[in-house]
Amino acid sequence: MAEIPQVALARDESHLIGEAKAGNYAAFEELVNRYEKKIYRLGMNITGNREDAEDVLQEAFLKAFEHLPDFREDSRFYTWVVRIAVNEALMKLRKRRSSREVPMETSEDENGEVLVREFADWKPNPEQQFAQVELERILQSAANALPPGFRTVFYLRDVEGLSTEETAEVLDLTVGAVKARLFRARLRLREELSKIFKRGSIQ
Amino acid sequence: MKCNQAIKELSGYLDGELDPELKQTLEAHLTYCNHCHAVFDSTKKTIELYCDGKLFSLPDDVRTRLHEALKRKLHGRR
Ligand SMILES: [Zn+2]
Repeated sequence: MAEIPQVALARDESHLIGEAKAGNYAAFEELVNRYEKKIYRLGMNITGNREDAEDVLQEAFLKAFEHLPDFREDSRFYTWVVRIAVNEALMKLRKRRSSREVPMETSEDENGEVLVREFADWKPNPEQQFAQVELERILQSAANALPPGFRTVFYLRDVEGLSTEETAEVLDLTVGAVKARLFRARLRLREELSKIFKRGSIQ
Repeated sequence: MKCNQAIKELSGYLDGELDPELKQTLEAHLTYCNHCHAVFDSTKKTIELYCDGKLFSLPDDVRTRLHEALKRKLHGRR
């Protein structure tokens, strides 16, 4: 029977890790090649600027290399690197703003239920009205309206495609907390973007 | 189903975690409630926008510096 690519890839990866642990630099570089784009984007998304994202990218892979002997293959290599990168990124934010994480601004009713304030329809394909750079700026500024702990959950789950359990493991949160944060983050981002993308807005 | 109940199931619905009965009730609500339909639709769109692979792509010079740093690290150890 033909082997499904996913399995082949996993086996290949565990071979690469073995080689890298044995000191084969080319094998480690191949692992870096696979995930560098994602880790850079993660850094951009959490820290919100290029310099920090570059630092996060370098630190994450340098530390991964350094700690490779400690890597146990009971989790994916990618998830492991993501955890290192997220820690680096959050540390950068803490250094940059000495303030503690502010609670997320959402409207709630007396039962603690999240209230939605904006019900407007969006224009079709709103992204097509903006140049790439402009769109990046819009998405980033919406994300910056969220506390780092919330936008990190959003990125890991919805952009990087980690499972709820993997996200919980990476961030040291309970599964319930991941779900609650994801829900609020999604609604809040939508609300921020609605200001720009809704029907009848100026652009 | 009321709107606030529908909104509460937003995440579960997007993640395909609702049991069939609840999913059906919710979808019925979404067919006649323009408000909730707009919220669900634009939330899906929000996620799609952030998932766009072209965004925040790794610049060549950043990649080059990463690989140089890795090489330096490796040679420093030997
Ligand atoms: Zn409704």
